[in-house]
Amino acid sequence: MSTITQADVAYVAGLAQLDLDAAAKARLVHEMNDILAYMEKLNELDTGGVEPMMHAMALTNVFREDEVKPSLEREIALRGAPVHDNEFFIVPKILDTEGGDA
Amino acid sequence: MTAWHEKTAAQIRDAVAAGAVSAAEVTRSYLDRIEAVDGRIGAYTQVWRDEALAQAEGLDQRIQAGEAVGPLAGVPISLKELICTTRGFTTCSSRILQGFQSPYNATVTEKLIAADAILLGKVNMDEFAMGSSTENSAVQKTANPWNLKCVPGGSSGGSAASIASATSAISFGSDTGGSIRQPAAFCGCVGLKPTYGRVSRYGLVAFASSLDQIGPLSRDVTDAALAMNVICGKDPMDATSADLPVEDFTRALTGDVKGLRIGLPKEYFIDALGSEVRALVEASAEVLREQGAEIVEVSLPHTDYAVAVYYIVAPAEASANLARFDGVRYGFRHSDAGNVTEMYVKTKSEGFGPEVQRRIMLGTYVLSSGYYDAYYLKAQKVRTLIKQDFDRAFAECDLILTPTAPTPAFEMGAKSDPLEMYLNDIFTISTNLAGIPAISIPCGLSATGLPVGLQLIGKAFDEATVLRAAHCYEQHAGLQMGAPALG
Repeated sequence: MSTITQADVAYVAGLAQLDLDAAAKARLVHEMNDILAYMEKLNELDTGGVEPMMHAMALTNVFREDEVKPSLEREIALRGAPVHDNEFFIVPKILDTEGGDA
Repeated sequence: MTAWHEKTAAQIRDAVAAGAVSAAEVTRSYLDRIEAVDGRIGAYTQVWRDEALAQAEGLDQRIQAGEAVGPLAGVPISLKELICTTRGFTTCSSRILQGFQSPYNATVTEKLIAADAILLGKVNMDEFAMGSSTENSAVQKTANPWNLKCVPGGSSGGSAASIASATSAISFGSDTGGSIRQPAAFCGCVGLKPTYGRVSRYGLVAFASSLDQIGPLSRDVTDAALAMNVICGKDPMDATSADLPVEDFTRALTGDVKGLRIGLPKEYFIDALGSEVRALVEASAEVLREQGAEIVEVSLPHTDYAVAVYYIVAPAEASANLARFDGVRYGFRHSDAGNVTEMYVKTKSEGFGPEVQRRIMLGTYVLSSGYYDAYYLKAQKVRTLIKQDFDRAFAECDLILTPTAPTPAFEMGAKSDPLEMYLNDIFTISTNLAGIPAISIPCGLSATGLPVGLQLIGKAFDEATVLRAAHCYEQHAGLQMGAPALG
């Protein structure tokens, strides 16, 4: 059984793009250990040769004709954006020549 | 003067279609009821008074002109906050979607409008459908109409509370691990989770895509059947919707269960099951036996593993689905971010509540390198074993009868430990993992006056038999539950 440490929580939070304060990290160490310990019961079962079930129904890829169809109008698509300029979604700079994000 | 908010959807539709009452009068009755009692319940997050009345008046004009009307003509309904509507907001009761106006209607919304249902508003839920008590909403608390100190269940707690407080005739929720059936049980109403694929998920904001399913909550089984007639069917916008004809589910409501074999799984009648719930559920099996069903014992040996499987699979899918809420295209964005990464991190950290963050963390962990096989793949294999349990059981019976939840509604704040809360879904989760239909119907009151739910589980796409048995029970149980004392 794996034990979650504070460092693990910090690492997973980074993957999940969450910024957790010290109290939240400490709480999650405790809760995730409890929950994952409960999940260890799955190891009681021998699942050798059992196919994993990813979905309740058999899914096949669905193709459609490559036709141009009406899409959302730009104004409507942008309406929900927190920041836009009536033409584009606006986000902070992605490439920063002064050594920020890359 | 008739109190239309006390009538069932079927009674309302018949009266409206026959011209015995105007849709506007019925709508006003419900809007007045919302105004009178919802301040104490908190089921509604938004009420569309003017739009609902305009919709009802338009319907009345069509009726006066002799036009044909839809199968839910004049029936006032509510929708869970995660079903997309161009009217009002679609917030999933989350801060991160505060103020979000969907640019399109969910297929279910479109079908309900086409059926001439009157959309009263949206109802509260656990944020992104994560929870079993509606205590995780970022918007407000919802109380159980039977006891205002108790939770209404979750995550469709607002839907169930709106039915129990007679502020909507039918409400539409979503069920990922029991989120329609458990609140239906806690609030003493009917809640149906259809077979996965029966109802389009287009426009249902995704929590766990392989498990989520929209379904109705209603006052009785007939209304659930009426709702199913409207919302089922293949949708070209949803590749996971099943290409099957939509039957008239009301034809299944024959009032008898003669010839049906109903299985009682021994693994559901466990120590964690409260003695009151056990007694009421066993008595309900006896009612069905008296009506001609054969009761047999069946075994679902992997039941005890369902919660562990669910709390790996659902957070894993949720962590992927919720990655889209990044502050760029819709909803909330943290105002103070110097670069893109900071914008993502600050937006998600402030926009998602604690339960959603916990599940994102769990999901990210079980999908991360080194743990995928140990948790996620293992869970998906046990999911296969759970599905095979049902396949074997259904070789011996037509339906499975179980309790819906181990206990009646609990008090707000009573379950602070997440694992304890998760175990509350122990009787509902397996059917989502297997993708099969199940209904919760009231089977009595506890000594403290709280409703208890009975669950009937069916074979895939056999909602007709589920509804048939539920209706038979409803007709012959002789329950005198009354209604919550809300005035």
